[in-house]
Amino acid sequence: MTATVDAPTAELGKARLRKEDAKLLTGQTNWTDNIKLTGMLHLAFLRSPYAHAKITRVDVSGALGQPGVIAAFSGADFAAEQGSLPCAWPVTPDIVIPPHPPMAVDEVRYVGEAVAVVVARDRYAAADALASIDVDYEPLPPVLDIRTALDPGSPKVHEAGNKSYEWVFANGDVDAAFSDAPVVLERTYRQQRLIPCAMEPRAVVAQWVGDEVTLWSATQIPHVLRFALSAFFGIPEQNVRVIAPDVGGGFGSKLQVTAEEVLAVLIGRKIGKPVKWAETRTEGNLTVHHGRDQWQQIKIAAEADGRIRGLSVDLLADMGAYLMLVTPGVPLLGAFMFPAIYKMDAYSFKCTGVFSTKMPTDAYRGAGRPEATFAIERIMDELAAELGIEPLELRERNWIKHEEFPYTTICGLTYDSGNYEAATAKARELFDYDGLRAEQRLRNERGDKVRLGIGISTFTEMCGLAPSRVLGSLSYGAGGWEHAAIRMLPTGKVEVVTGSSAHGQGHETAWSQIVADQLGVPFEDIRVLHGDTQVSPKGMDTYGSRSLAVGGLALVSACDKVVAKAKIIAAAMLEASADDLEFSAGRFSVRGDPEASKTIQEVALATFAAHALPEGVEPSLDSDATYDPDNFSFPHGTHLCATEVDTETGFVHIRSYVAVDDVGVVVNPLIVEGQVHGGIAQGIAQALYEEGVYDEAGNLVTTTLADYLVPSAADLPSYRTERTTTPASNRLGVKGVGEAGTIASTPAVVNAIVDALRPLGVQDVTMPCTPERVWRAIQAAHGQPAQGQPAQGSEQSGGMA
Amino acid sequence: MIPAKFDYVRPSSVGDAVSALAGGGEDAKVIAGGQSLLPLLRLRLAYPELLVDIGGLDELCGVTDDGDHLLIGARTTHYQLVHDPLITEHCGLLAQAAGTVADPAVRHRGTLGGSIAHADPAGDLPAVVLALDATMIATGPAGGREIPAGEFFVDYLTTALAPGEILTGIRVPKLGADWGYRYEKFHRTAQAWAIVGVAALVRRSDGHVAEARVGLTNMGSVPIRAAAVETAAAGAQASPEALREAAAGADEGTQPPADLHGAPDYRRHLARVLTGRALEAAAGV
Ligand SMILES: Cc1cc2nc3c(=O)[nH]c(=O)nc-3n(C[C@H](O)[C@H](O)[C@H](O)COP(=O)(O)OP(=O)(O)OC[C@H]3O[C@@H](n4cnc5c(N)ncnc54)[C@H](O)[C@@H]3O)c2cc1C
Repeated sequence: MTATVDAPTAELGKARLRKEDAKLLTGQTNWTDNIKLTGMLHLAFLRSPYAHAKITRVDVSGALGQPGVIAAFSGADFAAEQGSLPCAWPVTPDIVIPPHPPMAVDEVRYVGEAVAVVVARDRYAAADALASIDVDYEPLPPVLDIRTALDPGSPKVHEAGNKSYEWVFANGDVDAAFSDAPVVLERTYRQQRLIPCAMEPRAVVAQWVGDEVTLWSATQIPHVLRFALSAFFGIPEQNVRVIAPDVGGGFGSKLQVTAEEVLAVLIGRKIGKPVKWAETRTEGNLTVHHGRDQWQQIKIAAEADGRIRGLSVDLLADMGAYLMLVTPGVPLLGAFMFPAIYKMDAYSFKCTGVFSTKMPTDAYRGAGRPEATFAIERIMDELAAELGIEPLELRERNWIKHEEFPYTTICGLTYDSGNYEAATAKARELFDYDGLRAEQRLRNERGDKVRLGIGISTFTEMCGLAPSRVLGSLSYGAGGWEHAAIRMLPTGKVEVVTGSSAHGQGHETAWSQIVADQLGVPFEDIRVLHGDTQVSPKGMDTYGSRSLAVGGLALVSACDKVVAKAKIIAAAMLEASADDLEFSAGRFSVRGDPEASKTIQEVALATFAAHALPEGVEPSLDSDATYDPDNFSFPHGTHLCATEVDTETGFVHIRSYVAVDDVGVVVNPLIVEGQVHGGIAQGIAQALYEEGVYDEAGNLVTTTLADYLVPSAADLPSYRTERTTTPASNRLGVKGVGEAGTIASTPAVVNAIVDALRPLGVQDVTMPCTPERVWRAIQAAHGQPAQGQPAQGSEQSGGMA
Repeated sequence: MIPAKFDYVRPSSVGDAVSALAGGGEDAKVIAGGQSLLPLLRLRLAYPELLVDIGGLDELCGVTDDGDHLLIGARTTHYQLVHDPLITEHCGLLAQAAGTVADPAVRHRGTLGGSIAHADPAGDLPAVVLALDATMIATGPAGGREIPAGEFFVDYLTTALAPGEILTGIRVPKLGADWGYRYEKFHRTAQAWAIVGVAALVRRSDGHVAEARVGLTNMGSVPIRAAAVETAAAGAQASPEALREAAAGADEGTQPPADLHGAPDYRRHLARVLTGRALEAAAGV
């Protein structure tokens, strides 16, 4: 351990404005779609209008005569070389992974699947020529409801059937926990399909020079993509360079090896010219991988005092038409999170992955954990109502107490740190929990048309993906380490290379802060490089709230190495023994003789000159480090939401929202705040607004942002956010924060809606809780009590009345 | 979102615009703020061959006092409607409704004329001009003519404007101080279109409703007047109970659409609730 860890830290915790922002705000961004190469041609894809059909003929010749068109291809033209898009997570030995050609050859299985492509001089000519391609389809029956897709008579998405896999986990005696339990509740919750809407649509440019290809892509995973292009598409790895220039958001949707990336590379090679493709928003809604889409059956057994005995979860997860990069693994990331912060004797989990004729699903902010957190936090509220126990009290009776950490959960995860009492106490106070409860009672008694509801989410999540050995035990195809490198430049400035490929997170700022502290150099003297496999050759990229908790620690370790080497050189410069040197705030000084010192910048210059390096020391002050975490990171927090529900229209207004998050030690509070705000917004979006809807023929209905409603600032409350800090057990004490808000907020909002309506007999509202759904839920529960008559009971007595 | 090819002209007088439009025949279209037309072009739901941009016609901009009427140029933007003092004073309903359209970016570009000529039943301003008993003023190859709002909206996205005609402005009767108004817009997000909207105008006298006018947004293929409500409200007591009772017939004769945001029965219910609320607010009770 370096001395700097104990030294007073200058940068850690500072609310630095982001280094990235000046460029972003003044339009100097280098998006993939801004790239213009000499002779570059443009691609437009013709996409299937059918959810399921045989392709009997594709004739692209009509497009060839169109103005500006250089070439046109159908799937058959790539049959020999296009292989299959990879799935890196075969979760069980007998999982069915159907072939997934980047361009359909003889069958299409979702609306939007690519069937042909035009290559033209500009994107307008390319789009115009699509109309001149002839495709004959023989429609097949679509498979749209995974609840019936496993029935014997169901049409099949793939010849092998509609089941991809079944994955199970159990610990403890589940039967004993449920038999003769005083209370058993069973609920089915729907995790609707979501469509990620990153600000920057996907875009790709591929350029071949000789046998080398450079692929620019709006991707989260340049390193994984490079590996995939060579491992699965036969391009020697040393000949592939992947660049993720500025990338405008991903939320998991750019954690993918996409058909368009592979096809751009193949087409570029065929044509011998650089090619570009940039999706339209409609194309994006159709073909960016979707998120969530599960049916969750959850059963809880408890004692009369509310203590949980056991939990049992049975999931149906919609894979969509194919398995993409981590499609089947997403529900598994949730498997370990249903027990959440609660102690229990037994737990069983089963997930069945089912195919449908829809766009494949895959990771979307939180990936598996928001789904799990939603179900457990919803049913905890139901249990509280059933038992007549105050819902916060019920949670406290079950959660792991702060003095019990580290704690091994029923899932076998070891939570290293946490303090649920502290976060909850703070949230309660900020929210004025008792005051709002009193107002709620009053409004219920008056029979107000606008009811008040209070929603609770005491959540945790597992992030910092991931210990490689755990990934291996779950059959994932890669490791979970991260890489960092430091290059001290002769003038004492620093280049930092990170394998974690930022796409909006603010790595350049946060990494500079960490390095500034570790090396004792000014924040401004540090440049962070990432997102180009030639600059940053090693990495596992950015997802799963891993950058800081994994990549940040690789960075600390790289700094250690630089300091260790610099110390040897400084010792020679000071004619002292390295053992007698201490390093603090960028300066090596001889213990007991503070006058005798050298700054790390002086050492860097001396290393460059190399005139007087000690014997055997090479003239460079660089380092390389990889870090493989030995545990996940477990941020947690308490989110409280107050909603006002208009019982006449069903409209839900979020009146106040309090988030107290514990993300461990904070490097930059502004960045953390931004992640929490955006995260909460995305979770509220699932609760109230967003849903990817297919009609009964399998057409996507929500193809524009007029139909797929993404909330804006105008729709969201001013959050009140606070933090508690229980340091994680890594050297920086940091946990992940990228997904926490999204994971926490969805159940807080829905719990608040149900809490408002429970006196009217409402037990659940399906997400998104649109005004129409809320109104219908009230109607179904026989509407309001007669005017002026006090509502029966309070919000906690619904199940007991 | 890549439109098909089109030609583009930007005339400098209404006369030139009319001739350009006439020259382009069926395949020519006016473009004003582009906030409804451009999305259609980009989704390739419309393929005009010629766009006649009236963006240079400053004479179609702004509001003038015309005695007992206001004359509002077709190119007046939503933003201008919200901020114009004449509008606020004499037909505040229009300013209030324009303030609910989309977001600031759209309100700065989108125009009153475009909203009305586009005749989207989900648009907020058609129902408002209907309730205001406004008159549309058009110019075509054969000269000018006036069309009352009640005859202007013919069908979904279809108006009484003949091909080649340009809407130059609308004439709105000034409302006296005894009129109250309210535009109740119900939508899921601030930027979203109305699931249902209700434009209500109420003239009060002696604790009673002397006259009420109610326009409905998105309750059929055209904006409609809620005639049953207007009849029931006239003469009714200006009390919440009486106005809610009058609002019970708000969905009479409507044919609300079904879409992701609401089934017809829900829209009917909303029309009744929102009409009650709009009348109450307009009557100041
Ligand atoms: C994101 C978004 C959200 C929106 N939300 C709403 C909303 O909530 N409520 C709402 O009411 N509207 C909404 N709109 C539409 C907006 O109000 C448009 O501005 C308006 O409908 C059209 O005005 P425009 O000037 O942009 O017309 P354009 O788009 O230029 O034209 C629309 C149509 O009218 C014709 N036209 C335009 N001007 C004339 C004229 N003077 N004479 C003859 N024909 C003409 C055009 O040929 C075209 O057919 C939204 C638009 C967007 C992009």
